[in-house]
Amino acid sequence: MHKEELIVLTRNIRTICGAFALAISAALALPTLVHSADPPATATAPAATASAGGTAATPTAPTASSGADGAASAQPAASFPPAPKLTAADYPTVKGVNARVAVWLIAQLHLWFGAFVVAVPMFVFMIEAIGMATRDKRYDNMAYEFIKVTITAYSLTALLGGLLCFGLVLFYPDLFKYLALIFKESMFAYALLFFAESAVLYIYYYGWHWLQGGNKKWVHLTLGLLLNAVGLQLMFLANAWTTFMMSPAAVDAAGVFNGNTWAAIHNYLWNPINIHRVVANVAYGGSVVGAYAAFKFLSAQKPEERAHYDWMGYNANFIAIAALLPLPFAGYYLTAEIYAYSQQMGITLMGGVFAWLFIIQAVLIGALFLSANYYLWCGMGRSDGAYRYNPRIKYIAVVLVGAFLVWFTPHTLVLTNSELKGLGGPYHKYLGALGIMPAKNTAVNFLIVFTFLSFLFYRRANKIATVSWAAAGNAAQVALFTAGLINITILGVYYGYFTNTVYKVAASVPQVLTTLVIIIISTVIDAFMYKGAKDVAPLRWGRMPDRSQYALFLLAVSFTWLMGLMGYVRSGIRQHWHVSNIFRDSSPDAYTPGLGYAASVVSVGTILFMAMVIFVFWLSTVSGRHPTVKGYWKEQTA
Amino acid sequence: MNTPRRRIVPRLLQLVLVVLGVYLGFILVFDVLLGQLIPKSLLTMYMVFVIAGAIMVFTFTEEGAQELVGPIKALVEDPSKKWVRNVVFVIVPLLAGYYVYSSMLPGFEAPVELRTIHPAPPGKFKAYGKSYNLATLENPFRKFEKEDPAKFKELVKEGGNIYIKNCQYCHGDKLDGKGPYAAGLNPTPLNFQDVGTIAQLQESFLFWRIATGGPGLPGEAAPWISSMPVWQDFLAEDEIWKVILFLYNYTGRQPRSWAHE
Repeated sequence: MHKEELIVLTRNIRTICGAFALAISAALALPTLVHSADPPATATAPAATASAGGTAATPTAPTASSGADGAASAQPAASFPPAPKLTAADYPTVKGVNARVAVWLIAQLHLWFGAFVVAVPMFVFMIEAIGMATRDKRYDNMAYEFIKVTITAYSLTALLGGLLCFGLVLFYPDLFKYLALIFKESMFAYALLFFAESAVLYIYYYGWHWLQGGNKKWVHLTLGLLLNAVGLQLMFLANAWTTFMMSPAAVDAAGVFNGNTWAAIHNYLWNPINIHRVVANVAYGGSVVGAYAAFKFLSAQKPEERAHYDWMGYNANFIAIAALLPLPFAGYYLTAEIYAYSQQMGITLMGGVFAWLFIIQAVLIGALFLSANYYLWCGMGRSDGAYRYNPRIKYIAVVLVGAFLVWFTPHTLVLTNSELKGLGGPYHKYLGALGIMPAKNTAVNFLIVFTFLSFLFYRRANKIATVSWAAAGNAAQVALFTAGLINITILGVYYGYFTNTVYKVAASVPQVLTTLVIIIISTVIDAFMYKGAKDVAPLRWGRMPDRSQYALFLLAVSFTWLMGLMGYVRSGIRQHWHVSNIFRDSSPDAYTPGLGYAASVVSVGTILFMAMVIFVFWLSTVSGRHPTVKGYWKEQTA
Repeated sequence: MNTPRRRIVPRLLQLVLVVLGVYLGFILVFDVLLGQLIPKSLLTMYMVFVIAGAIMVFTFTEEGAQELVGPIKALVEDPSKKWVRNVVFVIVPLLAGYYVYSSMLPGFEAPVELRTIHPAPPGKFKAYGKSYNLATLENPFRKFEKEDPAKFKELVKEGGNIYIKNCQYCHGDKLDGKGPYAAGLNPTPLNFQDVGTIAQLQESFLFWRIATGGPGLPGEAAPWISSMPVWQDFLAEDEIWKVILFLYNYTGRQPRSWAHE
């Protein structure tokens, strides 16, 4: 590298780090800003007087308002009203409109699109950076095409966000007012950040071809980083409002806000949701752009188009799988935190009325893993060397299906009366043990390890290792996988069934670490072993059966449905509370709907979303068409 | 280009045999060898994904997929298979019709239901004229497990006596849900030995369920079908806590807790 290039590179890295530091500073400064907007300490309404005669339930979180708001608790009580006590008459109605279903569907659609537009810039940034590092234009083109799809989705996100806001103001005015009272500063910051997001996104997208080469490309990459920083902050703020409704903080038993906005934002479940949503969004975004690639692949007319979209689909699937692998752990962490926050919520979630939706969730997650693996196996057909690994796929499939069956075995079985008599009770002596979390955790680790093995075979399919120690390397990997899987099993069986809850839950951490160790060490061994490896033949991009593309569609649809169902469950565990235990929902819809009804609403939402997504895909297709229409325009004389 | 292998067992038949083998394997292992039948609802779910997995393995290569669907395509398209086609086209709808008919046929058995085994507790509940907060409620005797093991042992023994006098008629003297009255109850009494019952719960949950019984169940468990009595009417508060100590001690389970030992 020349000295000048080195200087430019150093300067650019400094610039990009500076931008990142700026974004982080903004995030950190936010609590200070909102804190400064606290009301003056001239409170007159002591919180206790607003208590509902001792009948109002105390917020159940033992630490919900402690920790982050330690400083705030020392503040004098502010002049905030308690949570209103509503009656059905306080909820405006519009004839022919079911308020709950309307708000539910709009919120869900907004969230699906929001998740997509927050996620895509994350991997677009990485793909663009990879393109810059490798100087491979294909990456740049792919990143541009991904962000192009996002632009239309971004408009839809904003429209649906506006609609949601109207819906809340119209149908739940008192709830909106109460939340706005607590989060007014962050809501204002949210609006400003939305402007920033729009500005950065449009410059990033429309400036893509302008900001090419040299320093301009670095500027463009920095914009991508800023876009991500702003997008994530937006999501974190919205997450705070949602999680406040589940695990309220900075309020007393009657819902009187103590004035500490940061404590209200940083409530008990905020970070668990933040982590879960960031990871899930990337997986989701990957699956939706995968569906886009599949759509384009299936409608491609030329072999080179098929090859391009096949490659794009492969990358999208890779992104989705890479984020899918840690996702069960993020989900488990969130659920464990919900349980730790409130036994009531935890049992409602997984042992009570919503338990059956978790079985559907398990089925859908299994479907995600199966379709992602199937796509990889089909993808081995691009290589002429795949025949060496094909016979082993059936063993992977056996383990995947086996783990999947354990993963979705319910603890509470659906039994006919004769089966109930045959078993001597509602519990199955052997299958019952598979119904609880230690078995699920073990199963999901097996699913992940074997999905990684599928990926390893895919990577190797077209290569022949040339290093002298290839046999030893293979043996080391076999040993690593074997030892790791034995460790995961022992942790799951011994700690899962023969120790108390603390160790049961804690054992999931070394299980995850074992899986990560397998993945990381195996990747390192493979990277060295296949360094300078011979290609069997050039990879034949586009040589993919059409059915593999439907696996990509299945991935996107499963993700969407899954998010809808689990989003409903997350929200539903508040049951008849707008804000858990402090602000009661008194609307006519303040009941938990039947599982079938809820599943139907989510399914309708999924269909609507997929229809809108197909519309977005179609728009991106027609925008590239420039047919020449002869005889329509008047000929201009020079 | 490799010429396609001639197989002794065609791929389609292989697939059918694999699926059938797994199905019979489940029946053999659970219903025959282990003596605990596999419920039909679960077996159906299992088989759906076994079939999906098997189809994935049989179709991930183009050759495999062609081999699999080859006989089906031939059946539909090959003029020489006219008679077989006609027979299949008669048999398949008849089988489907029979399946629908037998599924819809009214029976005398009560419909299956998604029962909630662990209904969610309320945040607070009332018993003994007091209000209890389940988030903070603890067994007042649990501390003696470490502080005074001899006293703890005595408390467990007292709890055992209370259990035998009051609870074992339904829940069984082995705490396995098979007491003398159990056969007359539906749903059957809870089996405390099961890894998925008290081992998954905090002691406060047990206190709520015992003190308030079936009538204390939340709306989500409606229609209320638990025959659990309201034990606050028969036992003192301390007696319930002692029984809870006994339940965990006898089964060797630990209550769900977030505190490290």
